[in-house]
Amino acid sequence: MKEKILRIIEKNSKLTSEELAIMLDCSREEVEAAIAEMEIDKIICGYPTLIDWDKLSGEKLTALIEVKVTPQRGQGFDRIAERIFKFDEVETVYLMSGGFDLTVIIRGKSMREVAGFVSEKLAPMEAILSTATHFVLKKYKENGIVMQNDEQDERMIVSP
Amino acid sequence: MRNPLNNKIVGIKPSGIRKFFDVVSEMKDAISLGVGEPDFETPWHIREEGIYSLEKGKTHYSSNAGIKELRVEICRYLKRRFDLDYDPLKETLVTIGGSEAIDMALRVMLEEGDEVILPQPSYVSYEPCVIMAGGKPVIVELKEEDEFKLTKQELLDAITDKTKILILPFPNNPTGSVMSREELADIVDVIIEKDIFVISDEIYAELTYGEKHVSIASFPGMKERTVVINGFSKAYAMTGWRLGYAVGPEVIIKQILKLHQFAIMCAPSTSQYAAIEALRNGDPDVEMMCEAYDGRRRFLLHEFRRMGLSCFEARGAFYVFPCIKSLGMTSEEFATKLLMEEKVAVVPGTAFGDCGEGFLRISYAYSIENLKKALERIERFVRAHKH
Repeated sequence: MKEKILRIIEKNSKLTSEELAIMLDCSREEVEAAIAEMEIDKIICGYPTLIDWDKLSGEKLTALIEVKVTPQRGQGFDRIAERIFKFDEVETVYLMSGGFDLTVIIRGKSMREVAGFVSEKLAPMEAILSTATHFVLKKYKENGIVMQNDEQDERMIVSP
Repeated sequence: MRNPLNNKIVGIKPSGIRKFFDVVSEMKDAISLGVGEPDFETPWHIREEGIYSLEKGKTHYSSNAGIKELRVEICRYLKRRFDLDYDPLKETLVTIGGSEAIDMALRVMLEEGDEVILPQPSYVSYEPCVIMAGGKPVIVELKEEDEFKLTKQELLDAITDKTKILILPFPNNPTGSVMSREELADIVDVIIEKDIFVISDEIYAELTYGEKHVSIASFPGMKERTVVINGFSKAYAMTGWRLGYAVGPEVIIKQILKLHQFAIMCAPSTSQYAAIEALRNGDPDVEMMCEAYDGRRRFLLHEFRRMGLSCFEARGAFYVFPCIKSLGMTSEEFATKLLMEEKVAVVPGTAFGDCGEGFLRISYAYSIENLKKALERIERFVRAHKH
């Protein structure tokens, strides 16, 4: 049942527990208990809203930074990752396999702000060997949702 | 000038849905709960396979019965899902949607004046197809108290010396009714004893909620007297690809193939290549869509009952069939007024046979957000018109 709840609210977190209970043929209490449990277990980590900031006038800039680091004795990559993700500007941090170690996605107001973050905060950290910054030009799809979606219901309005 | 037309065709009354469509299409910004096709797009991996076939220049006729690989996959699928055994070479034919298969099957099986038992409410094409094939439709009016299933007694009452075919439309459009193994077993005895044939339209077979679909052809003694119609439109959200199939006894399929070869040549090749991919790797898509439909189905049933409209528990297809008799309006009045006052389009039950009077077909092939919005409006409408 937990997975069924997740598959529904992954796409639409605005449904009430009562509506979920109807859809899943169980009681509201069961849904609420399952969700509470998943919140405690950090299976559900939050209910953010997916926003297309590009549609607002104030510019926001997203950059993806490839970071190579020296892992630290006893703590591997976790310590350095934590130092990075604690910055508010940092939206996402992944440990990667392959040509570099960490993917850091940050959001800033301007190219200067992003550049400042990389050169003043990130690059000087002792464990960091190198960084490569890529600016996002356009977001097509995020979290499974197509951002610039102007597709309409193409179906005929009634059909047999 | 002479009459250029065939009177039998002219005499067929146009589809009730068509009439309503003309009204609805005038109405901008109406919310529709009137469609008979999935809201999902064809899964991308299936579309991609169609595109790839075009890139590779597979733009030619296929064999008349359909690409052999596809027929093999169809038979494997039918075995895997419904325990049906068919020979891909002799007993399988790929058609332009299930509709062609229904039309052709009737045409090859009926002699002038043969009677066809047609349970209603049901899909709009059966009756005209029977008439065009020279048959005589004998309507069985299914009842809400039987959950719109065909009972043994109803079947027995409809059979005469001239009865040749029973059309079995389950899971049902528009009612959402399904027939269980036990309920089918009940009518199987009659069918065999009275020596009649069955055209079983199983296009919604994948969309059942609760028990798995049972095909009547899987009963002993039924395979040799049943043509099973199925296709890709509903299960894989492929309505626009126009692809279906018929499986049945070689003697019948052979004749359908002959007609099909003269009238159609073959089903579109692009669609056929895409369909192979659907059957090979599409099971998770079907499961995902089915789960989504099921949640919406429960939501609608709950909402209609809360509004005080009786609504039997539909367990198949993507329709619920609430009863509006308590409001003292005909189906058509209700649908027209609802459209005018609240801008919600639903299909009156009468579009699927006279016995659909007093009911509405509500499709849940829409997102839950859309359904919620429409249901709020319907509730307001029902409140305003309740005495």
